[in-house]
Amino acid sequence: MKKEKKMAFSLPEEELMNSGHLACQGCGAALAMRYVLKALGQKVVLCIPACCWSIIDGQFPYSSLDVPIFHCAFETAAVSASGVKAGLEMVGDTETTVVAWAGDGGTFDIGLQALSAVAERNDNILYVCYDNEAYMNTGIQRSSATPYGAWTTTTPVKHFKERPKKDIDAIMAAHRIPYIATASIGYPEDLFRKAKKAKEIEGTRFLHIYAPCPTGWKSRPEDTIKLARMVVQNATFPIYEIEWGEKYTLNIKLKEKKSISDYLKIQGRFRHLTKKEIASMQEEVDRKWERLLSLVNSSREKDQIPS
Amino acid sequence: MRKKKRAQKIVFKSEKDVPLMAMSTGTMLHNKTGAWRNIKPVIDLDNCIQCGICWKFCPDVCIFVEDELPVIDYDYCKGCGICAEECPTKCIAMVEEEK
Repeated sequence: MKKEKKMAFSLPEEELMNSGHLACQGCGAALAMRYVLKALGQKVVLCIPACCWSIIDGQFPYSSLDVPIFHCAFETAAVSASGVKAGLEMVGDTETTVVAWAGDGGTFDIGLQALSAVAERNDNILYVCYDNEAYMNTGIQRSSATPYGAWTTTTPVKHFKERPKKDIDAIMAAHRIPYIATASIGYPEDLFRKAKKAKEIEGTRFLHIYAPCPTGWKSRPEDTIKLARMVVQNATFPIYEIEWGEKYTLNIKLKEKKSISDYLKIQGRFRHLTKKEIASMQEEVDRKWERLLSLVNSSREKDQIPS
Repeated sequence: MRKKKRAQKIVFKSEKDVPLMAMSTGTMLHNKTGAWRNIKPVIDLDNCIQCGICWKFCPDVCIFVEDELPVIDYDYCKGCGICAEECPTKCIAMVEEEK
Protein backbone atom coordinates (compact mmCIF):
# COMPACT_ATOMS: atom_id res chain seq x y z
CA MET A 1 0.00 0.00 0.00
CA LYS A 2 1.25 3.44 -0.94
CA LYS A 3 -0.02 5.73 1.74
CA GLU A 4 2.59 8.44 1.27
CA LYS A 5 0.86 9.62 -1.91
CA LYS A 6 -2.15 11.91 -1.59
CA MET A 7 -5.46 11.11 -3.23
CA ALA A 8 -5.96 13.38 -6.24
CA PHE A 9 -9.19 15.38 -6.18
CA SER A 10 -10.22 17.42 -9.20
CA LEU A 11 -13.39 18.64 -7.46
CA PRO A 12 -14.02 19.89 -3.90
CA GLU A 13 -14.57 17.17 -1.31
CA GLU A 14 -17.64 18.71 0.28
CA GLU A 15 -20.82 16.72 -0.52
CA LEU A 16 -24.29 18.26 -0.38
CA MET A 17 -25.93 15.11 -1.72
CA ASN A 18 -26.50 12.07 0.47
CA SER A 19 -26.47 8.41 -0.43
CA GLY A 20 -29.73 6.50 -0.34
CA HIS A 21 -31.50 8.55 -3.02
CA LEU A 22 -33.92 6.82 -5.40
CA ALA A 23 -32.13 7.21 -8.75
CA CYS A 24 -31.74 4.19 -11.03
CA GLN A 25 -28.36 2.50 -11.32
CA GLY A 26 -25.91 4.66 -13.28
CA CYS A 27 -28.15 7.75 -13.28
CA GLY A 28 -26.72 10.77 -15.09
CA ALA A 29 -29.10 13.24 -13.45
CA ALA A 30 -27.86 12.31 -9.96
CA LEU A 31 -24.29 13.03 -11.05
CA ALA A 32 -25.33 16.35 -12.58
CA MET A 33 -26.90 17.43 -9.28
CA ARG A 34 -23.82 16.32 -7.36
CA TYR A 35 -21.45 18.42 -9.49
CA VAL A 36 -23.67 21.51 -9.62
CA LEU A 37 -24.17 21.52 -5.84
CA LYS A 38 -20.42 21.14 -5.33
CA ALA A 39 -19.95 24.31 -7.37
CA LEU A 40 -22.80 26.36 -5.87
CA GLY A 41 -22.26 25.49 -2.20
CA GLN A 42 -24.71 25.51 0.68
CA LYS A 43 -26.43 28.86 -0.01
CA VAL A 44 -28.84 27.56 -2.64
CA VAL A 45 -32.60 27.16 -3.01
CA LEU A 46 -33.75 24.61 -5.58
CA CYS A 47 -37.08 24.83 -7.38
CA ILE A 48 -37.89 21.42 -8.83
CA PRO A 49 -40.96 20.81 -11.01
CA ALA A 50 -42.25 17.33 -11.81
CA CYS A 51 -39.21 15.56 -13.24
CA CYS A 52 -36.95 12.68 -12.33
CA TRP A 53 -35.39 14.69 -9.54
CA SER A 54 -38.69 15.14 -7.71
CA ILE A 55 -38.62 11.34 -7.30
CA ILE A 56 -34.88 10.88 -6.76
CA ASP A 57 -34.93 13.32 -3.87
CA GLY A 58 -37.10 11.00 -1.77
CA GLN A 59 -40.53 10.95 -0.20
CA PHE A 60 -41.89 13.09 2.64
CA PRO A 61 -40.48 13.69 5.27
CA TYR A 62 -37.06 12.87 3.86
CA SER A 63 -34.77 14.56 1.37
CA SER A 64 -31.47 13.39 -0.02
CA LEU A 65 -30.10 16.93 -0.43
CA ASP A 66 -28.76 19.26 2.23
CA VAL A 67 -30.24 22.36 0.60
CA PRO A 68 -33.85 23.67 0.67
CA ILE A 69 -36.08 22.41 -2.11
CA PHE A 70 -39.34 23.83 -3.39
CA HIS A 71 -41.47 21.41 -5.39
CA CYS A 72 -43.52 23.43 -7.87
CA ALA A 73 -46.00 22.71 -10.65
CA PHE A 74 -44.65 21.29 -13.90
CA GLU A 75 -44.87 24.39 -16.06
CA THR A 76 -43.69 26.90 -13.46
CA ALA A 77 -40.08 26.01 -12.64
CA ALA A 78 -38.60 29.27 -13.90
CA VAL A 79 -41.26 31.64 -12.55
CA SER A 80 -41.32 29.86 -9.15
CA ALA A 81 -37.58 30.39 -8.88
CA SER A 82 -38.00 34.02 -9.87
CA GLY A 83 -40.69 34.40 -7.17
CA VAL A 84 -38.48 32.77 -4.53
CA LYS A 85 -35.67 35.13 -5.51
CA ALA A 86 -37.97 38.16 -5.23
CA GLY A 87 -39.12 36.97 -1.79
CA LEU A 88 -35.56 36.50 -0.59
CA GLU A 89 -34.63 39.97 -1.80
CA MET A 90 -37.59 41.42 0.12
CA VAL A 91 -36.17 40.02 3.37
CA GLY A 92 -32.72 41.31 2.50
CA ASP A 93 -31.01 38.10 1.36
CA THR A 94 -29.06 38.86 -1.79
CA GLU A 95 -26.43 36.11 -1.53
CA THR A 96 -28.56 33.01 -2.03
CA THR A 97 -28.53 31.52 -5.51
CA VAL A 98 -31.98 30.41 -6.63
CA VAL A 99 -31.84 27.49 -9.01
CA ALA A 100 -34.65 26.16 -11.17
CA TRP A 101 -33.78 22.52 -11.75
CA ALA A 102 -35.91 20.97 -14.48
CA GLY A 103 -35.69 18.04 -16.81
CA ASP A 104 -36.01 18.28 -20.56
CA GLY A 105 -39.81 17.95 -20.52
CA GLY A 106 -40.11 20.82 -18.07
CA THR A 107 -37.79 22.95 -20.20
CA PHE A 108 -38.31 22.11 -23.86
CA ASP A 109 -42.09 21.52 -23.82
CA ILE A 110 -44.10 22.34 -20.75
CA GLY A 111 -41.99 24.97 -19.01
CA LEU A 112 -40.95 26.86 -22.14
CA GLN A 113 -43.34 29.79 -21.75
CA ALA A 114 -42.33 30.37 -18.11
CA LEU A 115 -38.66 30.13 -19.03
CA SER A 116 -39.13 32.53 -21.92
CA ALA A 117 -40.94 35.03 -19.66
CA VAL A 118 -38.16 34.88 -17.06
CA ALA A 119 -35.47 35.27 -19.71
CA GLU A 120 -37.28 38.25 -21.20
CA ARG A 121 -37.45 39.96 -17.78
CA ASN A 122 -33.84 38.87 -17.10
CA ASP A 123 -34.72 37.76 -13.56
CA ASN A 124 -31.75 36.85 -11.42
CA ILE A 125 -31.98 33.04 -11.41
CA LEU A 126 -29.94 30.09 -12.59
CA TYR A 127 -31.95 27.71 -14.75
CA VAL A 128 -30.49 24.23 -15.05
CA CYS A 129 -31.93 21.76 -17.53
CA TYR A 130 -30.64 18.22 -17.24
CA ASP A 131 -31.41 16.63 -20.54
CA ASN A 132 -32.14 12.90 -20.70
CA GLU A 133 -34.02 13.21 -23.99
CA ALA A 134 -37.51 11.95 -23.02
CA TYR A 135 -40.04 11.98 -20.16
CA MET A 136 -38.14 9.30 -18.23
CA ASN A 137 -39.97 9.78 -14.96
CA THR A 138 -43.41 8.86 -16.31
CA GLY A 139 -42.25 5.97 -18.48
CA ILE A 140 -40.13 7.12 -21.44
CA GLN A 141 -42.54 9.21 -23.52
CA ARG A 142 -41.22 11.31 -26.38
CA SER A 143 -40.39 14.95 -25.68
CA SER A 144 -39.17 17.60 -28.07
CA ALA A 145 -35.65 16.89 -26.79
CA THR A 146 -35.80 13.34 -28.15
CA PRO A 147 -33.38 13.06 -31.08
CA TYR A 148 -34.25 11.79 -34.55
CA GLY A 149 -34.67 8.03 -34.78
CA ALA A 150 -35.01 7.30 -31.07
CA TRP A 151 -37.36 4.68 -29.71
CA THR A 152 -39.69 5.72 -26.89
CA THR A 153 -42.95 4.21 -25.67
CA THR A 154 -44.94 6.79 -27.66
CA THR A 155 -42.68 6.56 -30.72
CA PRO A 156 -42.35 2.78 -31.12
CA VAL A 157 -39.94 1.15 -33.55
CA LYS A 158 -42.34 1.19 -36.51
CA HIS A 159 -43.09 4.89 -36.06
CA PHE A 160 -39.86 6.21 -34.55
CA LYS A 161 -39.39 9.94 -34.07
CA GLU A 162 -38.80 11.61 -37.40
CA ARG A 163 -38.16 15.18 -36.31
CA PRO A 164 -34.80 16.35 -34.95
CA LYS A 165 -34.18 17.63 -31.43
CA LYS A 166 -35.29 21.17 -30.61
CA ASP A 167 -32.36 23.58 -30.39
CA ILE A 168 -33.11 25.08 -26.97
CA ASP A 169 -29.75 26.86 -26.74
CA ALA A 170 -30.51 28.85 -29.89
CA ILE A 171 -33.95 29.73 -28.47
CA MET A 172 -32.33 30.97 -25.28
CA ALA A 173 -29.64 32.82 -27.24
CA ALA A 174 -32.41 34.66 -29.07
CA HIS A 175 -33.53 36.05 -25.67
CA ARG A 176 -30.12 37.75 -25.28
CA ILE A 177 -29.55 36.54 -21.71
CA PRO A 178 -26.13 37.03 -20.07
CA TYR A 179 -24.98 33.42 -19.95
CA ILE A 180 -25.88 30.16 -21.68
CA ALA A 181 -23.71 27.07 -21.43
CA THR A 182 -23.97 23.45 -22.44
CA ALA A 183 -22.18 20.82 -20.38
CA SER A 184 -21.93 17.07 -20.13
CA ILE A 185 -21.48 14.91 -17.05
CA GLY A 186 -18.63 13.18 -18.87
CA TYR A 187 -16.57 16.34 -18.27
CA PRO A 188 -17.17 17.16 -14.58
CA GLU A 189 -14.40 19.78 -14.31
CA ASP A 190 -15.90 21.73 -17.21
CA LEU A 191 -19.39 21.46 -15.69
CA PHE A 192 -18.05 22.55 -12.29
CA ARG A 193 -16.32 25.59 -13.81
CA LYS A 194 -19.48 26.61 -15.68
CA ALA A 195 -21.73 26.31 -12.61
CA LYS A 196 -19.22 28.37 -10.63
CA LYS A 197 -19.08 31.01 -13.37
CA ALA A 198 -22.89 31.10 -13.63
CA LYS A 199 -23.14 31.68 -9.87
CA GLU A 200 -21.18 34.94 -10.16
CA ILE A 201 -23.22 36.40 -13.05
CA GLU A 202 -26.29 38.62 -12.53
CA GLY A 203 -29.39 37.93 -14.61
CA THR A 204 -30.87 34.78 -16.11
CA ARG A 205 -28.30 32.05 -16.64
CA PHE A 206 -29.13 28.88 -18.51
CA LEU A 207 -27.18 25.67 -18.07
CA HIS A 208 -27.98 22.72 -20.35
CA ILE A 209 -26.52 19.48 -18.97
CA TYR A 210 -26.44 16.26 -20.94
CA ALA A 211 -27.37 13.44 -18.54
CA PRO A 212 -27.63 9.91 -19.98
CA CYS A 213 -30.43 7.67 -18.69
CA PRO A 214 -29.61 3.92 -18.85
CA THR A 215 -33.23 2.94 -18.17
CA GLY A 216 -34.76 4.93 -21.00
CA TRP A 217 -31.94 4.64 -23.50
CA LYS A 218 -31.63 0.87 -23.04
CA SER A 219 -27.90 1.18 -22.47
CA ARG A 220 -25.78 -0.54 -19.83
CA PRO A 221 -25.54 1.42 -16.55
CA GLU A 222 -21.73 1.37 -16.62
CA ASP A 223 -21.73 3.12 -20.02
CA THR A 224 -23.25 6.34 -18.63
CA ILE A 225 -19.98 8.27 -18.49
CA LYS A 226 -18.78 6.75 -21.75
CA LEU A 227 -21.95 7.93 -23.53
CA ALA A 228 -21.66 11.40 -22.03
CA ARG A 229 -18.11 11.61 -23.35
CA MET A 230 -18.86 10.09 -26.76
CA VAL A 231 -21.67 12.53 -27.44
CA VAL A 232 -19.20 15.41 -27.13
CA GLN A 233 -16.49 13.66 -29.15
CA ASN A 234 -18.80 13.04 -32.11
CA ALA A 235 -20.21 16.59 -31.98
CA THR A 236 -23.83 15.52 -31.44
CA PHE A 237 -23.86 17.63 -28.28
CA PRO A 238 -21.03 20.17 -28.55
CA ILE A 239 -19.92 21.95 -25.39
CA TYR A 240 -19.93 25.73 -25.69
CA GLU A 241 -20.86 28.98 -23.98
CA ILE A 242 -22.92 31.89 -25.28
CA GLU A 243 -22.63 35.30 -23.67
CA TRP A 244 -25.35 37.90 -24.32
CA GLY A 245 -26.69 35.79 -27.17
CA GLU A 246 -23.79 36.70 -29.42
CA LYS A 247 -20.38 35.67 -28.18
CA TYR A 248 -19.95 31.94 -28.83
CA THR A 249 -17.01 30.12 -27.22
CA LEU A 250 -16.21 26.50 -27.90
CA ASN A 251 -14.89 24.87 -24.70
CA ILE A 252 -13.88 21.43 -25.88
CA LYS A 253 -12.16 21.51 -29.24
CA LEU A 254 -12.16 18.24 -31.13
CA LYS A 255 -8.92 16.96 -32.66
CA GLU A 256 -10.88 14.56 -34.82
CA LYS A 257 -14.63 14.28 -35.01
CA LYS A 258 -15.67 10.68 -34.43
CA SER A 259 -18.45 8.95 -36.32
CA ILE A 260 -21.80 8.68 -34.56
CA SER A 261 -22.33 5.00 -35.38
CA ASP A 262 -20.35 3.81 -32.30
CA TYR A 263 -22.44 6.07 -30.12
CA LEU A 264 -25.68 4.73 -31.57
CA LYS A 265 -24.57 1.12 -31.33
CA ILE A 266 -24.40 0.97 -27.53
CA GLN A 267 -27.92 2.32 -27.07
CA GLY A 268 -30.90 0.04 -27.48
CA ARG A 269 -33.18 2.91 -28.45
CA PHE A 270 -31.38 3.28 -31.81
CA ARG A 271 -31.09 -0.44 -32.56
CA HIS A 272 -33.71 -0.43 -35.36
CA LEU A 273 -31.99 2.24 -37.49
CA THR A 274 -30.79 1.26 -40.95
CA LYS A 275 -27.50 2.39 -42.50
CA LYS A 276 -29.29 4.96 -44.63
CA GLU A 277 -30.95 6.54 -41.60
CA ILE A 278 -27.65 6.62 -39.70
CA ALA A 279 -26.01 8.35 -42.69
CA SER A 280 -28.72 11.01 -42.72
CA MET A 281 -28.25 11.50 -38.96
CA GLN A 282 -24.50 11.93 -39.50
CA GLU A 283 -25.22 14.52 -42.19
CA GLU A 284 -27.47 16.48 -39.82
CA VAL A 285 -24.80 16.39 -37.07
CA ASP A 286 -22.14 17.60 -39.50
CA ARG A 287 -24.35 20.45 -40.69
CA LYS A 288 -25.07 21.61 -37.14
CA TRP A 289 -21.40 21.35 -36.21
CA GLU A 290 -20.35 23.49 -39.22
CA ARG A 291 -22.98 26.05 -38.27
CA LEU A 292 -21.67 26.20 -34.69
CA LEU A 293 -18.06 26.52 -35.88
CA SER A 294 -18.99 29.43 -38.15
CA LEU A 295 -20.79 31.15 -35.23
CA VAL A 296 -17.73 30.65 -33.00
CA ASN A 297 -15.39 31.98 -35.68
CA SER A 298 -17.52 35.01 -36.47
CA SER A 299 -17.78 35.98 -32.78
CA ARG A 300 -14.00 35.60 -32.47
CA GLU A 301 -13.51 37.95 -35.43
CA LYS A 302 -15.89 40.47 -33.88
CA ASP A 303 -13.72 40.48 -30.75
CA GLN A 304 -10.63 41.38 -32.71
CA ILE A 305 -12.15 44.40 -34.44
CA PRO A 306 -12.22 47.26 -31.90
CA SER A 307 -15.54 49.05 -32.19
CA MET B 1 -13.45 12.30 4.25
CA ARG B 2 -16.09 10.06 5.78
CA LYS B 3 -19.50 11.38 6.57
CA LYS B 4 -20.53 11.49 10.20
CA LYS B 5 -24.26 11.73 9.50
CA ARG B 6 -26.44 8.99 10.93
CA ALA B 7 -29.29 7.25 9.21
CA GLN B 8 -32.43 8.01 11.13
CA LYS B 9 -35.98 6.93 10.50
CA ILE B 10 -38.56 9.56 11.39
CA VAL B 11 -41.74 8.46 13.14
CA PHE B 12 -44.59 10.88 13.82
CA LYS B 13 -46.17 9.79 17.11
CA SER B 14 -49.25 11.98 16.81
CA GLU B 15 -50.66 14.40 14.27
CA LYS B 16 -49.15 17.26 16.28
CA ASP B 17 -45.67 16.09 15.26
CA VAL B 18 -46.46 16.34 11.56
CA PRO B 19 -45.20 19.63 10.09
CA LEU B 20 -47.87 21.97 8.76
CA MET B 21 -46.38 21.98 5.27
CA ALA B 22 -44.57 19.29 3.32
CA MET B 23 -40.98 19.80 4.43
CA SER B 24 -38.05 17.49 4.87
CA THR B 25 -36.96 16.69 8.39
CA GLY B 26 -34.30 14.08 7.69
CA THR B 27 -32.02 12.58 5.07
CA MET B 28 -32.66 9.57 2.87
CA LEU B 29 -29.76 7.72 4.54
CA HIS B 30 -32.17 5.25 6.17
CA ASN B 31 -32.90 3.89 2.69
CA LYS B 32 -30.16 1.27 2.28
CA THR B 33 -30.00 1.04 -1.52
CA GLY B 34 -27.32 -1.66 -1.35
CA ALA B 35 -30.09 -4.26 -1.53
CA TRP B 36 -30.72 -3.26 -5.17
CA ARG B 37 -27.50 -4.66 -6.58
CA ASN B 38 -26.61 -8.13 -7.79
CA ILE B 39 -22.97 -7.45 -8.67
CA LYS B 40 -20.61 -5.56 -6.40
CA PRO B 41 -17.36 -3.69 -7.01
CA VAL B 42 -14.21 -4.87 -5.22
CA ILE B 43 -11.12 -2.65 -5.26
CA ASP B 44 -7.67 -4.22 -5.56
CA LEU B 45 -5.80 -1.60 -3.50
CA ASP B 46 -2.34 -2.82 -4.60
CA ASN B 47 -2.90 -1.52 -8.12
CA CYS B 48 -4.74 1.67 -7.08
CA ILE B 49 -2.97 4.82 -8.28
CA GLN B 50 -5.15 7.14 -6.14
CA CYS B 51 -6.43 9.13 -9.12
CA GLY B 52 -9.86 9.78 -7.53
CA ILE B 53 -11.79 8.92 -10.69
CA CYS B 54 -14.02 6.31 -9.01
CA TRP B 55 -14.85 8.84 -6.29
CA LYS B 56 -15.59 11.51 -8.88
CA PHE B 57 -17.98 9.45 -11.03
CA CYS B 58 -20.00 7.63 -8.34
CA PRO B 59 -23.67 8.64 -8.76
CA ASP B 60 -24.57 7.27 -5.34
CA VAL B 61 -21.86 9.15 -3.41
CA CYS B 62 -20.84 5.85 -1.81
CA ILE B 63 -17.08 5.90 -2.47
CA PHE B 64 -15.27 7.57 0.39
CA VAL B 65 -11.60 8.27 0.96
CA GLU B 66 -10.00 6.86 4.08
CA ASP B 67 -6.24 7.09 4.65
CA GLU B 68 -5.86 8.38 1.06
CA LEU B 69 -7.40 5.20 -0.40
CA PRO B 70 -10.91 4.72 -1.80
CA VAL B 71 -13.39 2.73 0.28
CA ILE B 72 -16.80 1.59 -0.99
CA ASP B 73 -19.82 1.84 1.28
CA TYR B 74 -21.73 -1.36 0.48
CA ASP B 75 -24.80 -0.14 2.36
CA TYR B 76 -25.58 2.23 -0.51
CA CYS B 77 -23.72 0.97 -3.60
CA LYS B 78 -26.31 0.10 -6.28
CA GLY B 79 -23.80 -1.84 -8.37
CA CYS B 80 -23.97 0.26 -11.53
CA GLY B 81 -20.35 -0.52 -12.42
CA ILE B 82 -19.31 3.00 -13.47
CA CYS B 83 -16.27 2.85 -11.15
CA ALA B 84 -15.07 -0.43 -12.68
CA GLU B 85 -15.60 0.89 -16.22
CA GLU B 86 -13.84 4.21 -15.66
CA CYS B 87 -10.90 3.00 -13.53
CA PRO B 88 -7.72 3.70 -15.57
CA THR B 89 -5.77 0.77 -14.09
CA LYS B 90 -8.81 -1.57 -14.10
CA CYS B 91 -8.21 -2.43 -10.43
CA ILE B 92 -11.95 -2.51 -9.63
CA ALA B 93 -13.66 -5.82 -10.46
CA MET B 94 -17.39 -6.46 -10.44
CA VAL B 95 -18.06 -9.75 -8.66
CA GLU B 96 -21.29 -11.67 -8.21
CA GLU B 97 -23.08 -10.92 -4.97
CA GLU B 98 -23.34 -13.92 -2.63
CA LYS B 99 -26.74 -14.41 -1.15
